[in-house]
Amino acid sequence: MALEKPYSDIPGTTVFDTDMARRGYHLNQFCMSLMRAENRERFRADERTYLDEWAMSEEQRQAVMARDYNRLIELGGNIYFLAKIFGTDGTTFQQAAAKMTGVSEEEYLKMMVSGGRPPQGNLYVSERRRG
Amino acid sequence: MAKLTAGLGMSHVPAIGAAVDKGKTSEPYWKPLFDGFEFSKRWMASNRPDAVILVYNDHATAFSLDIIPTFAIGCAESFKVADEGWGRRPVPDVAGHPELAAHIAQSAIEDEFDLTIVNKMDVDHGLTVPLTLMFGQPAQWPCRVVPFAVNVVQYPPPSGMRCYKLGRSLRRAVESFDSDIDVQIWGTGGMSHQLQGPRAGLINQTFDKAFLDGLTADPYGLASIPRVDYLREAGSEGIELVMWLIMRGALNEQAEEIYRFYHVPASNTAVGHIILQDR
Repeated sequence: MALEKPYSDIPGTTVFDTDMARRGYHLNQFCMSLMRAENRERFRADERTYLDEWAMSEEQRQAVMARDYNRLIELGGNIYFLAKIFGTDGTTFQQAAAKMTGVSEEEYLKMMVSGGRPPQGNLYVSERRRG
Repeated sequence: MAKLTAGLGMSHVPAIGAAVDKGKTSEPYWKPLFDGFEFSKRWMASNRPDAVILVYNDHATAFSLDIIPTFAIGCAESFKVADEGWGRRPVPDVAGHPELAAHIAQSAIEDEFDLTIVNKMDVDHGLTVPLTLMFGQPAQWPCRVVPFAVNVVQYPPPSGMRCYKLGRSLRRAVESFDSDIDVQIWGTGGMSHQLQGPRAGLINQTFDKAFLDGLTADPYGLASIPRVDYLREAGSEGIELVMWLIMRGALNEQAEEIYRFYHVPASNTAVGHIILQDR
């Protein structure tokens, strides 16, 4: 019998559970490798060749090259590991968050300074459907 | 014997460390946050512990996905400040307390909490930002630190109740350490925040304030909150708050609240802070 996942109805949220971690193992370990300056340089010089050295899926490689963080999360990426990619790019956590939520950095900053994204309407998928 | 004198809760947002390191603390964005820690720095100056058990989480720094310990205690003589991928923070390395750490490890494991013993580990912003908030920018940190890392990155993390009970066990360990030292325990991380996906930026002030209230008045009730409630209500990264329950479990139920502070935002996160004195 499958395990219950009571967190599957949280909107806009992928929980990095053991299934996701298994799916994302090589992707996340690739990210981890970017903690070393020499690896960051090699990655920057030729992303494709560097990515080919890791046992990742082609979909994962494409999503890395597109910097599609939402897709990477769906494919098993964890945000703290993905942060090594945007660290390599010189992107801040705030800029990456803006990108994932589909707004400009200015709009995102404005939302945060005014108290952040409110819980109302954002806790259950069913709430969102009701609009 | 050693005494557990106080417990502190505080966020450990990396941008807070960067703001201090880059001299931005009086900028309008940051000033209200750092003002909120002025009282605590003064309090700390007259309540300085000999050692801190610093409960934090590693953020894909010392632990990759190769090995994921649920609870790890740092038993080394010192811990280097990690390069997390964008250069090392300009802060001193951290002096451990190997005798206290070894004693806690033996006591807690005999007490059924199967800690992972770590004798070599770099520490990331999760550990160094709280030290910066409490001690500023000294040439050396003024006390010794027992790093206590909790997995909150890969789900499931330990439950709030497990954390609370572990805190009690840590208290028993401290109180049986044969040396007259003052020990504090700090729980770090949180408060509400979500760093990932289309819901990034979620902040739940109602949840956070109720958590701070419960921390003082109803810790056992707070420990009963299930994991999914943290994820849903406080954001996918807000589940770091279970680490505050290790701190709370280590204090007497009647611990006195000395100070609290709450501020939104620091980068993507709601910042919370509390000082609880044991009695």
